[in-house]
Amino acid sequence: MASILYEVVRLTCPQVGICVSLLIFVGRKAMGISLLHLPLRFPTFTGGVHPDDNKRHTAHLKIEELSAPKKMIFPTLQNAGAPGEVVVEVGDSVKVGQLLIKQCGIISANHHCSVSGTVIAIEPHLHPCGSHVKSVIVENDEKYEVFRNIKPLGHPENLTKEEIIKAVSNAGIVGMGGAAFPTHIKLSPPSGKKINHIIINGAECEPFLTSDYRVMLEDTDELLIGCGALLKAVDASECIIVAESNKKDAIAKIKQNPIYQKNEKIKTAIVKTKYPQGGEKQLLSAVLKKEVPPGGLPADIGAVVVNIDTCAAVARSITTGMPLITRVVTVSGGAVANKRNFKVRIGTPVADAINAVGGFTAEPAKILLGGPMMGVAIHSTDIPVTKGVGAILALTEKDVGIKVTTNCTQCGKCVDVCPMNLMPTIIDRYCENFDAEMLEKLNIADCIECGSCTFICPARRDPLQRIRTAKKKINAFKK
Amino acid sequence: MEKMLRVGAAPHIFTKDSTAVIMQDVVIALLPALAAGVYFFGYRAALLAIISIASAVAFEHLWNVAFKKPTTVYDFSAVVSGLLLALNLPPTVPVWIPVVGSFFMIIIVKMCFGGMGQNFLNPALGARAFLVVSWPSIMTSYVNSGAKLIPFLLPDAVTSATPLSGEAATRYIDLFIGNIGGCIGETSKIALLIGLAYLLIRKVITWRIPVAFVGTVAALSWVFAGDGYFNGDWLFHILSGGLFLGAFFMATDYSTTPVTKNGAFVFGIGCGVLTVIIRLIGGYPEGVSYSILLMNVASPLIEKATAPKRFGKAGFKSA
Ligand code: SF4
Ligand code: SF4
Repeated sequence: MASILYEVVRLTCPQVGICVSLLIFVGRKAMGISLLHLPLRFPTFTGGVHPDDNKRHTAHLKIEELSAPKKMIFPTLQNAGAPGEVVVEVGDSVKVGQLLIKQCGIISANHHCSVSGTVIAIEPHLHPCGSHVKSVIVENDEKYEVFRNIKPLGHPENLTKEEIIKAVSNAGIVGMGGAAFPTHIKLSPPSGKKINHIIINGAECEPFLTSDYRVMLEDTDELLIGCGALLKAVDASECIIVAESNKKDAIAKIKQNPIYQKNEKIKTAIVKTKYPQGGEKQLLSAVLKKEVPPGGLPADIGAVVVNIDTCAAVARSITTGMPLITRVVTVSGGAVANKRNFKVRIGTPVADAINAVGGFTAEPAKILLGGPMMGVAIHSTDIPVTKGVGAILALTEKDVGIKVTTNCTQCGKCVDVCPMNLMPTIIDRYCENFDAEMLEKLNIADCIECGSCTFICPARRDPLQRIRTAKKKINAFKK
Repeated sequence: MEKMLRVGAAPHIFTKDSTAVIMQDVVIALLPALAAGVYFFGYRAALLAIISIASAVAFEHLWNVAFKKPTTVYDFSAVVSGLLLALNLPPTVPVWIPVVGSFFMIIIVKMCFGGMGQNFLNPALGARAFLVVSWPSIMTSYVNSGAKLIPFLLPDAVTSATPLSGEAATRYIDLFIGNIGGCIGETSKIALLIGLAYLLIRKVITWRIPVAFVGTVAALSWVFAGDGYFNGDWLFHILSGGLFLGAFFMATDYSTTPVTKNGAFVFGIGCGVLTVIIRLIGGYPEGVSYSILLMNVASPLIEKATAPKRFGKAGFKSA
């Protein structure tokens, strides 16, 4: 019996093996598809990791309004690029939507008051970046009087391209996915570059975060009006709203909306749930099947990526005329019991958001602004929520995990997961014995600092931290 | 609330795996093979394994003590190496063989090069090669399975050859379950397959090296090992000798294999080609360990040659 089975396997396997390999090979070469990938899978990028997404805690919770406290803090730096210039003085009375900080330099943004009250100080204050940054401190009179200049600009369809970009710039809109890059600059690509695809980034690949998801569900109209405005602003041929496969219901909701149904330029796409799916380059590679060239921008492949909440903010800045003064923030993590999705007035200190959920129920090990993969850990809660902050997370020791560092085992896991096709373990080696030339050969500048390598490393090495330090060293060297 | 919070840079969460957990997984995956060895060769197999592991851990600890370094034995890599060495020994070796082997393995092959992750040769295979060269007759005398060897009593040989040397006629089912002569851990293919499945499920290793290695051996022996071409008994070739043990547990060693995905394929295929060449042309009946050692040496080169394509250089992704 056994030997009959043996003979059958022995005689048939080579033929079957040859056929299967031929099929795979021909499939790859001739049809450009890999038969190793099932057609039903959602598109994605190569590499990446699967941390526990922890979205179950807040995904079902409606966005609630968080009432603003007495003391509000407005840093001059809430965007990538240069800080703005303060245009009010101590003692001035200010209103909701009034300009406090004016953009200054090319890459910069306006920042407005989100409450009404009095400017009580203009001084350096703790900032998410870890140091003190010049900030306008306003005492809230809790009357919320709206600034007189705020009036609706009408429907985006009746505005010109320039008017829309002007409105976005005036409203101080920046990328609300974390990087806080001023949106009006994204919408004005360098001459000679045409933007054809607008990608609305609802991937929200960071664990715990549900703010974009809630915006997709609850502010669908605004989101879609925003899409229309962006389409007009850059004269693109399509606007694709993208979400990860764990947010299919949000895409379904969008598809039911009449604005979506009327505008055939607005499309949707679902991508695989995987970190860092929401990275600009990774998202474009999944959706458009095109890779942004090294050192390049999405505009180089005719695309621009805009975050969900940002897109809704664009709509608001036009339909109501109100600048960007609120954003949706997820308050979550193992150390808070009453996890929430809040609409927060920008400038609200973190401490007030945490008090509003009833404080901590467990000892927090780290408090983060943003997600656990790329967010910043803050050492004090007297830091305001700024435009790029999508979450306040209080993680316990258990969430953070223990750290026992050993030698690198050369397991290659970091190489497998790096979404930028780098070799973190080898880069790590040359960071330790600093060798700028080798590091540039290894394309260290391509690193998007997503943290996948450090996340996956079983030896608890921290390639990313060394990469950051080495990048700084190399940049200092170049100057 | 003015307690100091931990800061530190992102990311703030990590995988639950650690070096120690991974190494423990490898030990678990090797247990079926060890159990099969004990079943077929008697308790002596277990004794050799214990001696080998204990001395490997002891040598690593002593090295750290001697050089005033924090001890590294808690990462469990010495346990894995010790167990692998024992599985690569014939069950009849005297008890000092695993001690000498462990010394060579831990001190010379591993710690002299900087410890875990820094060595360029597979420790267990390096030690085995050293033992074979130094005591060839001890290291190549095998007993038939079913020889219930008792600890501490050296058998006076019911020795037999392994099937690969072409003297013993073997039933295929015996080949599969391990009822044959050979090293302690290499004979039972079913036990090794269970171990492989565990490693794959736990994502300790990927399928690339084992599949490339075994597949290459199968293909080449089908083509070349028979009378004429394309009718070699490839199934016999992959089921005999130390191929599964080598391909699943030794060619997948982290430190001594390429870190890149394509490099893993190249490595596996290279091991397979060398194994078949040594088996068919070379003087040794078994080529798995030498081919892995040779490829270990080539591994840094393979790594360099198979660096992943820079993101954005491709223009269009291939699906
Ligand atoms: S090297 Fe950079 S891009 Fe690659 S995984 Fe690490 S942090 Fe992400
Ligand atoms: S994941 Fe960690 S242990 Fe593995 S190769 Fe990368 S740095 Fe080394």
